[in-house]
Amino acid sequence: MIDSFEAVKTISRHRGDALIVAEMTTATELPVVSTRPELDLSFNWAAMGKGSSLALGLALARPERKVFMLDGDGALLMNLGSLVTIAQMAPPNLIHFLFNNGVYRCTGGQSLPRAGRIDFASLSQIVGYPNVYDFADLKTLENKIEMIINQEGLTFVNLQVTPGVGPPFPYVPVRDVVERFWSAL
Amino acid sequence: MTSSSKDLTGDRVIDKIKECGVTHIVWLPDGVASFMYQPMMTRKDFTLVQVCREGEALPIAAGLVLGGKKPLVLHQSTGIFESGDSIRLVASELHLPILMLIGYRSWKPNHNPPVIDSAAIFIEPILKAWGIKYYLLQSDDDVDIISTADMEAQKTRKPVVVLIARELQF
Repeated sequence: MIDSFEAVKTISRHRGDALIVAEMTTATELPVVSTRPELDLSFNWAAMGKGSSLALGLALARPERKVFMLDGDGALLMNLGSLVTIAQMAPPNLIHFLFNNGVYRCTGGQSLPRAGRIDFASLSQIVGYPNVYDFADLKTLENKIEMIINQEGLTFVNLQVTPGVGPPFPYVPVRDVVERFWSAL
Repeated sequence: MTSSSKDLTGDRVIDKIKECGVTHIVWLPDGVASFMYQPMMTRKDFTLVQVCREGEALPIAAGLVLGGKKPLVLHQSTGIFESGDSIRLVASELHLPILMLIGYRSWKPNHNPPVIDSAAIFIEPILKAWGIKYYLLQSDDDVDIISTADMEAQKTRKPVVVLIARELQF
């Protein structure tokens, strides 16, 4: 299993000038380590599960930029149809990272429905993501991340992460985040 | 389903949407708006993003706006109820201008005869309660309302709704 925070650090280190949408747990972790905070949209109280849809819109609007979605498994279950919508549009510049910890971390770690028994990697493949990866250890992620980022085509990366404790979930007014992001683009 | 209604034609509405500079239509099929689909799909004026559930539409549109594009959200009024948290995200948190064209299910002129479909009973009170400005589009004579709503959205940086108010014709 991968420590979620370490995975976020790894992705952030290799991002270049990629745009990142981070939701829930990762939205509290990314701001701590981000190398390009002005290119981040970190939403931890904004709209659970809708980050992947927002990332799709961003990827369609800016095909010349890489867009990373840092999604949670609880969030994805709340917007599962978005997997199909994303696969239908298939933006080649979108990398959909799933932080799969089996719990709702923000509400205290309650288990997800069918936690640990949903094969999200296979699910994404079945709906039509052309590139799919499944990692359970940090070293493999670190070895593959450059190749994944430089590869063309819609990509799904299932990261088996530990539930962990992580930083608290402070309310951050997202308007400020949006204004900064908009100015940077 | 007919491709045009008595008083509202697809080409006229699509022309107006194009005139507003719309680049993408984020949509889910709806009987009320079906008169628009043939010109919408054949004229290739827009990139069409079809969603599985209406709640996806506004966040996708938000991403498009943030990336510099101009989307239109198009679905049925029942999708507004489904999209509650997405409307909150875009209107109250992100403050983004998004034009929405929404089919008014079971609309009747002046509610005569009285509507019994709760989708029609609740849609206007819900939009009012959420502070979302809306306009009614009933005929080709009204299509400038789309431009008005678009300008309102840009000015207020909020979603603005145009309700397609036509009786379904099968």
